[in-house]
Amino acid sequence: MKTNKWLLAAGLIAAAIAPGCKPKGAQSAITGDAASKVYVAPGQHDEFYNIVSGGFNGQMSVVGLPSGRVLKILPVFSVHPENGWGYSEQSKPMLNTANGFVPWDDLHHIAISTTNAEHDARWAFGNANNTPRIARVDLNSFKTVEIIEIPNSAGNHSSPFITQNTEYVVAGTRFSVPVGDNQDVSIDSYKENFKGYISFIGVNQETGEMNLSFQIEAPPFNFDLARAGKNKSHGWFFFSTYNTEMAHTLLEVNASQKDKDFIMAVNWKKAEEYVKAGKGTKKKARYAHNKWNEETHSATSTIMEEVLTLDPTVLKDIVYFIPCPKSPHGTDTDPTGEYIIGSGKLAAIIPVFSFTKMLAAIEKKDFEGDIQGMPVLKYESVLHGEVQKPGLGPLHTEFDGKGNAYTSMFVSSEIVKWNIETLEVLDRAPTYYSVGHLSIPGGPTGKPHGKYLVAYNKITKDRYLPTGPELAHSAQLYDISGDKMQLLLDFPTIGEPHYAESFPASLIKDRQVKFYPIEKNHSPYALKGINDARVERKGNQVHVYMTSIRSNFRPDNIEGVQVGDEVYFHVTNLEQDWDVPHGFAIKGANTAELLIMPGETSTLKWIPDRVGVFPFYCTDFCSALHQEMQGYLRVSPKGSNVPLKYSTGASE
Amino acid sequence: MKSLSLTNRILLLLAVLTLIPAYFTPLWQISLWAPQYPEGLNMKIWIDQLSGNVDQINGVNHYIGMKHIGVEMFPEFTYLKYVMGAMIGLGLIFFLVGKRWSIYSFLGLLSAFGIAILVDMYLWGYEYGHELDPKAAIKVDGMSYQPPLIGYKQLLNFLAYSGPDTGSWILMGGMGLLVLAVFLDWKGK
Repeated sequence: MKTNKWLLAAGLIAAAIAPGCKPKGAQSAITGDAASKVYVAPGQHDEFYNIVSGGFNGQMSVVGLPSGRVLKILPVFSVHPENGWGYSEQSKPMLNTANGFVPWDDLHHIAISTTNAEHDARWAFGNANNTPRIARVDLNSFKTVEIIEIPNSAGNHSSPFITQNTEYVVAGTRFSVPVGDNQDVSIDSYKENFKGYISFIGVNQETGEMNLSFQIEAPPFNFDLARAGKNKSHGWFFFSTYNTEMAHTLLEVNASQKDKDFIMAVNWKKAEEYVKAGKGTKKKARYAHNKWNEETHSATSTIMEEVLTLDPTVLKDIVYFIPCPKSPHGTDTDPTGEYIIGSGKLAAIIPVFSFTKMLAAIEKKDFEGDIQGMPVLKYESVLHGEVQKPGLGPLHTEFDGKGNAYTSMFVSSEIVKWNIETLEVLDRAPTYYSVGHLSIPGGPTGKPHGKYLVAYNKITKDRYLPTGPELAHSAQLYDISGDKMQLLLDFPTIGEPHYAESFPASLIKDRQVKFYPIEKNHSPYALKGINDARVERKGNQVHVYMTSIRSNFRPDNIEGVQVGDEVYFHVTNLEQDWDVPHGFAIKGANTAELLIMPGETSTLKWIPDRVGVFPFYCTDFCSALHQEMQGYLRVSPKGSNVPLKYSTGASE
Repeated sequence: MKSLSLTNRILLLLAVLTLIPAYFTPLWQISLWAPQYPEGLNMKIWIDQLSGNVDQINGVNHYIGMKHIGVEMFPEFTYLKYVMGAMIGLGLIFFLVGKRWSIYSFLGLLSAFGIAILVDMYLWGYEYGHELDPKAAIKVDGMSYQPPLIGYKQLLNFLAYSGPDTGSWILMGGMGLLVLAVFLDWKGK
């Protein structure tokens, strides 16, 4: 009896508390054999390369999937003291701009080269946001081999996106800015004086070399992201726009007023015809074009003076506007090229546009108006349909090649899988936390490989051991081979990843450069053997032509250098074997080390400012006698009569 | 002496012809594997040159004071092609003469050549493995590094292999044809 009373009381208390309980949120339960799906056994290789933008570190990360292991940090727009990028004399010109040497940038998006809308993985392109540039990385050497600056652009965010045969890389400007001779203008005069330029950079199909082919002078909107049409929509490009209100202050409010902004459809084949027909106008613009030469192992920077512009208010049939709800962020074309998905980041639905309907609407002149003479199509005429209740804050969409789309939802922190034809939501998976970009192997191409999806999250909070106020950004790997998405792995990333692309490792792993043949080293400072090692004085310049091979430098005793001399160490790594770089660092130098690949020549410049004997050594553990790989350089006062001399092993 | 049967004349001609690939294919190979070289280092010896990872092998071997392997190390490279030419010439003469002793002589000649080559290889290997630079960085008491004549041998962290390569295998095929000819000759008698 007594027991019953107690039970009754407990039951009443439980019932009273129950409605106040916090409802259960999405659980991070790992189901099934997640561990075995991401386990890559020692000595085994990952199935996919994942090239990940580094965001504010200005670099790219090379990650293996499904393991999530970081394989390399690849310097692009930011100096990288660990391998001398931006510090060696040869690499400095790569970071030259019309504003001089810039040591940093913000790299947001990756584009892996394609042929017939499928990854060929010859090159990876990356954008610099702050000082607008596009870089090309050679995926045989994982080295940045070209950087081209984009004039008339500011906040190069809508970039780099490529056409299906890598004919063009585009760069749309985020900030519209005044250009040309008309730059000292009132910010209030935004609508009259500011321009939004879209740049088409041609890519040489054999060499990959870039060339700023033409710029389209678009209205002063903010251009956010872009995708090329592919397969049936090849020949077109789609740019998302926001701030079509054309506000220049407090955009948070003022650029969020309209119900619809636009996806700007550009018929680039038509633009190409106008260029060929000589309809472009050459305008003055200064921008740097930097190229790395793998045979001279050095970069050159050329300042270009002119750019060809097309005016779409005069040249008809290039630009059309598709109304798209609420400040679209991502605009993505599905693998067939038929559907264009606009992710209005403040919209409650996801609109899916039909390329076929767009062409028909253009044909019938089914316009609702125009912007400076450029037609605005009717929303309903172009719409395939809307995904209802997808979630909050849609940003980006990737594809699995099986008719499904995956959209990241920043605000509701989830990934939503839906069917492109039926627009039906099929599955949703939580992300930790606030997902930005998504990446599926081959996801933006005409032939996605599916299998995995990586979510790059903007907020990390409690996912890893805490490391003070600044936390590693979190990526999450999902298995998407089944009907339901399955979370497999969390892994921390480098910098702040935005977009990333993945492709099968088999595309490039057997064609990697292992070393540079010394006979093909055409650096003017190269040494072909140890007998050429020497020191030469030219006025106040001292050139040390040095060799490194396991495990010595030649020469390793140098005297006769004076305070204030410009000393150049031209170090050639004579090794002809894979995985045997040598490093070079000297005490007192106000610069980073050199890290010299086998068969390469690299130069460190040093102006000694005091008398002394300065040791130098190899910084990359190269052999059992690595710790013996060292030398001394004597610096005497200016005007000293110590003769210039050098030796290796002579005194013993 | 009796003339050769038609079959044996053809076999003798074929055996002579198996010497020709020696000019176009490697004759001998030496391979090395170590934990740091899972893919192996491989050197091929041709009639008048070396190929393969010679530089890497030199890079590794200089620590223990072994001599720098190069073309100048092998005087054989200057005359071996003429020796081979002379043997082909003699073989053709034997073929044209076409007597029974032709096959015995050519088999004898090839055998003598093979033995001479092995002796020469052994002497080179002995010298290469024993005559070490006294200023070498790594000295292991009582250790010498003579490569195996044929087969495998562990040398410090390296597993070494030495053996015939394409040209020699073809040549040995030629010797096999001569042995067959000798067998047929005996049976025919």
